Amino acid sequence: MVFVPDPRTVDVAADRGLWRSDSSAAISVRRLAKHFAQLEAVRGIDFEVRCGETFGFLGPNGAGKSTTINILCTLTEPSSGSAQVAGFDVVRERAEVRRHIGLVFQDTTIDDYLSAEQNLRFHAEVYALPAAVVPGRMRQLLEMVGLWERRNALVRTFSGGMKRRLEIARGLLHSPRVLFLDEPTIGLDPQTRSSVWDYIARLKRNEATTIFLTTHYMDEAERCDRIAIIDAGRIVALGTPESLKRHVGEDVVQVRTADDDAAMTALVRIFRVEPSRSHGSIRFSVPDGERFVPRLCAELGVQILTVSVMRPSLDDVFLAFTGKAIRDTDSSTPQTSRAPSPLSG
Amino acid sequence: MSNVAASPELLIPKQSFANDLRTIKVVWQRDLIRFWADKPRIFGSVGQPFLYFFVLGTGMSTIVPQTHGISLRTFLFPGVLSLSVMFTCFLSAGSIVTDREFGFMRVMLVAPVRRGAIVVGKCLGGATVGVFQGSLLLAIAGLAHIPYDPILMVTLLGELVLLSFMLTAIGVLVAVQVRRMQSFMAIMQLSAAPMYFMSGALFPLDGLPAWLAVLNRLDPLSYAVDPMRRAVMGRLGVPVAGLTWGGARLPLSVELGVVIAIALMAAWCSTERFERMN
Repeated sequence: MVFVPDPRTVDVAADRGLWRSDSSAAISVRRLAKHFAQLEAVRGIDFEVRCGETFGFLGPNGAGKSTTINILCTLTEPSSGSAQVAGFDVVRERAEVRRHIGLVFQDTTIDDYLSAEQNLRFHAEVYALPAAVVPGRMRQLLEMVGLWERRNALVRTFSGGMKRRLEIARGLLHSPRVLFLDEPTIGLDPQTRSSVWDYIARLKRNEATTIFLTTHYMDEAERCDRIAIIDAGRIVALGTPESLKRHVGEDVVQVRTADDDAAMTALVRIFRVEPSRSHGSIRFSVPDGERFVPRLCAELGVQILTVSVMRPSLDDVFLAFTGKAIRDTDSSTPQTSRAPSPLSG
Repeated sequence: MSNVAASPELLIPKQSFANDLRTIKVVWQRDLIRFWADKPRIFGSVGQPFLYFFVLGTGMSTIVPQTHGISLRTFLFPGVLSLSVMFTCFLSAGSIVTDREFGFMRVMLVAPVRRGAIVVGKCLGGATVGVFQGSLLLAIAGLAHIPYDPILMVTLLGELVLLSFMLTAIGVLVAVQVRRMQSFMAIMQLSAAPMYFMSGALFPLDGLPAWLAVLNRLDPLSYAVDPMRRAVMGRLGVPVAGLTWGGARLPLSVELGVVIAIALMAAWCSTERFERMN
């Protein structure tokens, strides 16, 4: 089923000069800072999110994630600096920003004494969607999140995962340019988490929506195009998951060979790495494991039985940049003990 | 897989007055659905007026059976009416606090709607529930020896609307200042009792000591109670002292004007506060 916009919406679109063409960034943040009475929550951050990108915003609790999201969603005014969302300034053009964003909150904001459909209908009215497009749009989204059959049931009877999916559908109802997902899968079981991510992936394909999300889960951060790590109000790292991992540490290559002694010698002589032996295999680290393996096979001169390459995980990235594990509760009490190095296991 | 939305343009039109009306309607409608879904609350709101009516009216009649030559129950009727409406409206306004903490209001705050429309919708929602409750009492007005005169009933109903709107607006003004339901309840409990007792809902306004007279004139509720008493007593032909400013009896229009002005002022301040919320 293809979505056909109501002709009237075209007129509406014409007079509004929506989506400014001079800015290609979906979100652009400059020297953004916010201090409360006692606390400098955000201390001058800069970043850009490109259109269509899935951008992950990571940080320990209290690092400034929520404050940043609130500023971008026009719920909080920055103390200094500026931010644009969909090309509109979050302070001076709040109304415009609000028209272009969707928001899925951390905790449920769905009315549970209403049916799924009533919730969406109210939302459509608040956003003044043209009446002609609402039923079709509602159906598409409810089908996408697998709730079409339950559309008339009271939300009170829904499971946590169903509520979350309904919330995502609601956030998308008005085709936002930028969808903010604040911990979209928190408190969900692994199965539901993965189905929520399936929807997010589908969104990316079908709606051309830019997604800005915060998460505590490292495996979810891996799914983002780029991630920023914020700690104590500053962005301490920003890049693709791959580049951040590369930045943190080298890859570990583990090989088993027919003749380990010869292999050890050859590794030192030909590749100038520092191999070590453990549990019947040889391991060493190189900057880019995947590119290294073909060379290794071609030039080692010893029969190789198995090869594996291990990348540092994003957990390691997070730990390296913030000095604490991602699930620590409070950034004001930095944890000094570090998790075991990925290179040892 | 079908293409979920091949609509690169946003569907949302610019803010307009029609949009404000729609927002008011959504907020109002949601309040009513919520009221309807909450059966204990309906039960309470139906039961409470009767409780006040019979306990307050009957209990106090045993001490003072008559005043101004009419039964005390008749005299107290406008006071009982405002008391039952007051709690309902405050409770209704308080939902803003929980909504902001847990849901709907947060969604509304990031929506492209005018804050004023949210506030007005909220006030109308509370007022509707308040008027519903007040009408239940009007239905048993006969028990207070008040005649079911259509003009009187319509007058009282209209005054109920203004009273409920003002009380909800005052409640909303408090609700937008606080973050927690407990704070809201504490403030409301602290202010509701003095507001009620000083309003003259329970006593005639002649012969008050000067300090109470001053407090009475400062109490917004006074300006809503007096018109209702005036309507009832006027119909029964019983002269009762009413609100005065500097010795002069206030005309009805001024009293109602004060009620409307307070309501609008509270709604406007709430909107301002909403706009600047951090």
